[in-house]
Amino acid sequence: MTTETTTETPHEEKKTGFAIFLEELSRNNITVIVLAILTGIILGGVLVAATTDEVYAAFKLSAWEGIKTSLSTAWNTYVALFTGAFGSPEKIRAAFESGDPLTIRRAINPFFESLVQATPYIFAGLAVALGFRAGLFNIGVEGQIFMGAVASVWAGYAIHGLPAIIHIPLALLIGALGGAIWGFIPGLLKARTGAHEVITTIMMNYIAFRLTDWLLKFPMKDPNEYTPKTPVIEESAKLIKFFQDPIRFHIGFLVAIFVAVLIYILLFKTTWGMELRMVGSNPSAARYAGIKITLSTVMAMVLSGALAGLAGANEVLGLNHRLVPSFSSGYGFDSIALALLGKSHPLGVVLSALLFGFLRNGARAMQLTVGVPIDIVSILQALILAFIAAPAIIRTIYRLKEPKYTEDLVSLRSWSGE
Amino acid sequence: MATTTMNNTTNDIEVSEGILRQQRRRRIVMGLIFIGIAVFIWLVFVAKLERGVITTFVMTPGGASAQAGDWVFPTVPYLNAIAGLCAAIGAYQIVRGFGKRTYSALALVVILFIFSFLAWATAGGSTNLAGLLRVMVVRSVPLTIGALSGILCERAGIINIAIEGMMLMAAFVSTVFASLTHNLMLGMLSGIVAGGLLGLVHGVLSIKYKINQIISGTVINIFATGITSYLSSKYIQKVEYQYLNEPGLFPQLEVPLVSKIPFIGPILFNHNIYVFATIIFVVVLTVLLFYTRWGLRLRSVGEHPKAADTLGINVIRTRYMAVVLGGMMAGFGGTYFSLGSSGRFDELMTAGRGFIGLAAMIFGNWNPFGALGAGMLFGFFDSLSAKASLLKVPLPSEFIGMAPYLATIIVLAGVVGRSQAPAAEGIPYEKE
Repeated sequence: MTTETTTETPHEEKKTGFAIFLEELSRNNITVIVLAILTGIILGGVLVAATTDEVYAAFKLSAWEGIKTSLSTAWNTYVALFTGAFGSPEKIRAAFESGDPLTIRRAINPFFESLVQATPYIFAGLAVALGFRAGLFNIGVEGQIFMGAVASVWAGYAIHGLPAIIHIPLALLIGALGGAIWGFIPGLLKARTGAHEVITTIMMNYIAFRLTDWLLKFPMKDPNEYTPKTPVIEESAKLIKFFQDPIRFHIGFLVAIFVAVLIYILLFKTTWGMELRMVGSNPSAARYAGIKITLSTVMAMVLSGALAGLAGANEVLGLNHRLVPSFSSGYGFDSIALALLGKSHPLGVVLSALLFGFLRNGARAMQLTVGVPIDIVSILQALILAFIAAPAIIRTIYRLKEPKYTEDLVSLRSWSGE
Repeated sequence: MATTTMNNTTNDIEVSEGILRQQRRRRIVMGLIFIGIAVFIWLVFVAKLERGVITTFVMTPGGASAQAGDWVFPTVPYLNAIAGLCAAIGAYQIVRGFGKRTYSALALVVILFIFSFLAWATAGGSTNLAGLLRVMVVRSVPLTIGALSGILCERAGIINIAIEGMMLMAAFVSTVFASLTHNLMLGMLSGIVAGGLLGLVHGVLSIKYKINQIISGTVINIFATGITSYLSSKYIQKVEYQYLNEPGLFPQLEVPLVSKIPFIGPILFNHNIYVFATIIFVVVLTVLLFYTRWGLRLRSVGEHPKAADTLGINVIRTRYMAVVLGGMMAGFGGTYFSLGSSGRFDELMTAGRGFIGLAAMIFGNWNPFGALGAGMLFGFFDSLSAKASLLKVPLPSEFIGMAPYLATIIVLAGVVGRSQAPAAEGIPYEKE
């Protein structure tokens, strides 16, 4: 017995080392995120297989045949999604071998297009995340994006004769201002009257949609166009592009990364950021510590709106160069999922925004190549969001252990405040 | 001991004095608003009108069987009279106050204001008032039903911003079922079940897993949007699956006798089943919530779950029941879009009506009749913005369309009296 144990000891120790690692992994919050994304993707694959006719035909032959076809259908879908998001490796290699610049640009375009798609997500995700940190639920990102787009497109076509180095930042700033105003109103109402920001921002969304419709039809309409559109912005206001067509990648992505760093510094390295987070996590303690909650709330909503406004400005100045009625992008609600996925941390937001950008861009290619509707992305997002918000589900499925500490993502009060 | 009691009494007095002061301030603000509306009617409407101009309201909606003569009246004297009435109500409000009937007074003033706006906007021409009101009644249905769904959930303490998603899902499911079975009633039932299931999901996420209820609602909204659009573009929008998107429409029902009353008959008593069901639901829900033991228990769970639990009410079960019922109600509202209005399913066909329903719930102060009133008001703006181009006044339809949202913000901000949410709303219940 004793000899056995002594011989077993090193092996046991090794095992416990691994077990400790497993246990750490099991308690880690990142594991939950990874598993949540994985589970969402698996369920999405099940859905794709379940809505494909060939799968049913194969199941009629035999169960094994059916399972094989289901797996290959799901696999093909995700391969199409992946190549749509990153470009296909063979094509890229062939393009570089041929050496033709246009072919190369076409081959690497999917990757850059994904970055283009991720850019507004970064801004919008930061907007929601900043709100969460301050204990605010900014559902009005969509409306703020609209107002940012409206303001920046105006700055783009109405201001003439500026060099690009002044015009671009100015147009971006005016866009941020447009969003900031749309965030300021709910923020002020929340701080002064306790009106809950969830409802006021939803209402502000619809007001923004109507207002944009009207602006496009009358004051901002391009007189040379039959349908409601704004004029095209000045050349000097267009965001700088780094490559020739078809790559649409522009400086907006770098601006977004820069802003994310700024927000990180603001939130975690300044007193004001600490106060803001304190108001978010424990308002009574913040009040006791002498922090001006009113000011903090209003400023958080203004900043959040400004970030969302930048998302709109980025779309208009970088891609469309004018505003059209079908501008609605659905970034607003997605960004809530995104901010939660990124745990309301700027780095997490950037990573999740990249994920969402790749998903969105890949799904478009997927729709074309394998005929799976792009809306699968929304379903994936909803599933992932549910699993992230309720880690208990993931922990139950995979039998993970309870985390050492949990943090509340959002604190929320009733509609009409205290 | 003695000192603490004294302190308490002085505190109580201070508190009640504070409330009194606040009430007085609200009373005066409300009165000033009434008078402001009167002044507005005089300055903006009456001042620019020529004397002797005439307004014509057509009192028969297009295609109605019950005929009514047109209502022709001189605009200026009528507007003067209305403004005078508003001013009188405002003066009474400032001096004495309407007390409990303040909201009725407010509703009256709002109706008078809208009427005078219409009279002014059609001065020298004619508007089909009956048609406008008929469309208002129709448009109010999804908003009111959505609000009722919100009331059911929120009175039990669960915030439901997923009404939109539940409606969309129900619209889809009911379309497919009704097309397959060729039975509208089965289609409607399937939609109600779909809504109830999503309600159950909302319940599991927010009650069992204690997810923040707004996030849980957002999950359902994103999911419902995704899955309906996915299945829709995969199947029912394609030609070869067209048969799945032909559910048919509920027919118009004419209530015997009353539908023959001129003006009122065609507006109220010649609709499909949804309009009548809405009114029945409003009455039934009012009775259930405020006059039965069931309702008292439900509300107690929303106001003070711990107390309710102490008295032996099963908080968790009550909340599950409420959220499933709320989902079923939203599901019923969702089937209106497919089976009651358009006769097919289109992607995103609810177009934010669920969110306006939520606004109607707040506007109506978490009360079924209030929700009906708010639904009617919002429905009126909806109906008016569709006809804005027919008015003589250059008021863009977009601005008329904004009115419900602005009104909701104003109400929520407490400018015109504050609406009161259930106290325990949004807080997961932890049994100790």
